[in-house]
Amino acid sequence: MLEIRNLKKSYAEPSGNRLLIIDIPQLDIAQAEQVVLRGESGGGKTTLLHLISGIVAADSGSIRLDGTELTKFSEATRDRIRADKMGYVFQTFNLLPAFTALENVRLGMTFARKKMSAERAKELLHKVGLSDRMHYLPSQLSVGQQQRVAVARSLANKPRLLLADEPTANVDPSNQKRIIDLIQNVCREESVAILMVTHSDEIANRFERVERLELINRAFADRTLTSDQ
Amino acid sequence: MNLFSIAVRNLTYRKLPTALNMLSMALGVALVVLVLTISGVIERTFERTSNVGYNLIVGAKGSDIQLTFNTVFFLSQPVENVPYSYYMEYLPGDGRQKELARLGGVLKEPERNGLYSFLMKGGFSIPLCMGDYIGSFRCVGTTPDYFNLLKHGDNNDLDYRFAKGRNFVDFSDEYGYFEAVVGSQVASEMKLQMGSEIFASHGASGGEQHNQGFSVVGILEPTGTPNDRGAFVNIEGFYLLEGHVAPERNEQSGMEVKGSAVAPVRESKFSKVRLPIEKREVTAILVKPNGPNAIGLQKQVNKTKFAQAVSPISVISGLLAFFVTPIKWALLAITSLVCVVSAISILVGIYNSMNERKRDIAVMRALGASRDHITAIILVESVLIAVGGGAIGWIVGHAIGPLSNAWTEPATGVRIDFFSINSTQEPFIVPGLIVIGILAGIIPALAAYRTSVAKSL
Repeated sequence: MLEIRNLKKSYAEPSGNRLLIIDIPQLDIAQAEQVVLRGESGGGKTTLLHLISGIVAADSGSIRLDGTELTKFSEATRDRIRADKMGYVFQTFNLLPAFTALENVRLGMTFARKKMSAERAKELLHKVGLSDRMHYLPSQLSVGQQQRVAVARSLANKPRLLLADEPTANVDPSNQKRIIDLIQNVCREESVAILMVTHSDEIANRFERVERLELINRAFADRTLTSDQ
Repeated sequence: MNLFSIAVRNLTYRKLPTALNMLSMALGVALVVLVLTISGVIERTFERTSNVGYNLIVGAKGSDIQLTFNTVFFLSQPVENVPYSYYMEYLPGDGRQKELARLGGVLKEPERNGLYSFLMKGGFSIPLCMGDYIGSFRCVGTTPDYFNLLKHGDNNDLDYRFAKGRNFVDFSDEYGYFEAVVGSQVASEMKLQMGSEIFASHGASGGEQHNQGFSVVGILEPTGTPNDRGAFVNIEGFYLLEGHVAPERNEQSGMEVKGSAVAPVRESKFSKVRLPIEKREVTAILVKPNGPNAIGLQKQVNKTKFAQAVSPISVISGLLAFFVTPIKWALLAITSLVCVVSAISILVGIYNSMNERKRDIAVMRALGASRDHITAIILVESVLIAVGGGAIGWIVGHAIGPLSNAWTEPATGVRIDFFSINSTQEPFIVPGLIVIGILAGIIPALAAYRTSVAKSL
């Protein structure tokens, strides 16, 4: 479902040198597969999620989603594919403060080409146990409840892949388990693949497949490239 | 949800800054609408009153504006008088001879028709004597033709109608020559009823009052013309008031011949004795010549040494073009600047909010919103503030007009309804607001467009 080949991404340093962050020869994720990505802080985990989602463009290499090469597309097309085929959950501050829980979920539907019904938004909020909080603003919800709304929103467009960037980092332990259960169960129900970044051993242990970025990312070996490289 | 509802929600979430920006734009647009309404009322007032039903005003040589203002609007001071015999030159057909037979007196070449009578066939001429006041209102001595022949209204097709009573007549058994008709505003302000006796003050408001009064026999319905502010008395009675007898003058020096300004002896109020022609003067003559003869007549009159003929429409149009219109544009420019300042405040407001909204924008981008989506949302917000505020201002601006009718209608004769004053500039307000909104939103929208998702998440 997701095939990554020879993916490279570097950033310019103030000195003018380019710092290679990502150099992944191969990474595949099958349909509905649930994968955890672990690694050191600053190792490029978030950058990899940004590359897959198309938020940032790769220097070179290939990212194929359901056989479609994503790196060849313009930013606008990548935005549309992200809206149609991917869900995204961040560490915190996921929700737009001006919108209710229901509206935040519906906001996820706004930018996709396939139009989902308002009923699906309610259904998803029901699945995450927030039927009675649909019309609450984020400020009226706990952090754990906000993350559950974010999970519902990320699944609003029936994505093929859910990208989650430390979704429980700011949540208390009891809610951590609940949120991870929720993500795993709903994705299983809807046949959605997961690529989740986490530092938590406990969470990692709940996944069958755990990838360590240090092992799949050759940029760790030699991070610095000269500007003429 | 769509981009519009997202923009609306963003605005309602920041209620106070949104409300303040809208208020500022509302103020600007309300001022623009008010300027347009006021100038519209002024133009309509001028148009209504310049549609007088006669083509020319003839009077003594002097200022054409003064003659027009005094005659049409009852403003300014009268210019000098012309002899009544000169008025008789404008009577159609053999009217000059008939007038001599009716009034009596001395007239040169009594057997001939009026000099301009051949241009007046089918038309009319009405004399006016001015200079006196009834209270603070102008007293106009004229003939019953003033209300019988003249019309009013936007199309000049409405007869003068009386809320009470009737037009005055040349002579009545009840009041002799001393009947009067008053305008609606005069009647209401002076609390006049049918039969009320009114006394003219000589020369100026508050001046010496004449002993002989006029009895009110008619109160006009409101017309929205200066006639609402006029007190019209029978010219025959007017001439019989003290000080209204024209003296004989030395032909070379123009000096009055002492003792010549003597009124005829009258035994009672009901005496039918009239002031003879040679002792009469008129302040102005309202002239409606036959068809296209007005221009020719005007040129002819203006060649004389002592009289002038002015076209009130031309004078009023000239005043509008030279004074009212430039003032309107100057006021519009000033009030438009208020809108520009509002637009800058919208720009600053949205731009300052960009920092705190970077995260929101990044979240929306991560959900699949393109840069164009984000730009559009910011622009819609800006346009909504401008148009929303403008709509409030437009409603307020238009509502003030009808609310002020109690004061403006009696003064101008123009009733302002919510939609009655539609200037040619008003259709540009909405497109103008949209342009202002877009211009105000461009810089914040560009800032939003450039927001880095990766850095802001």
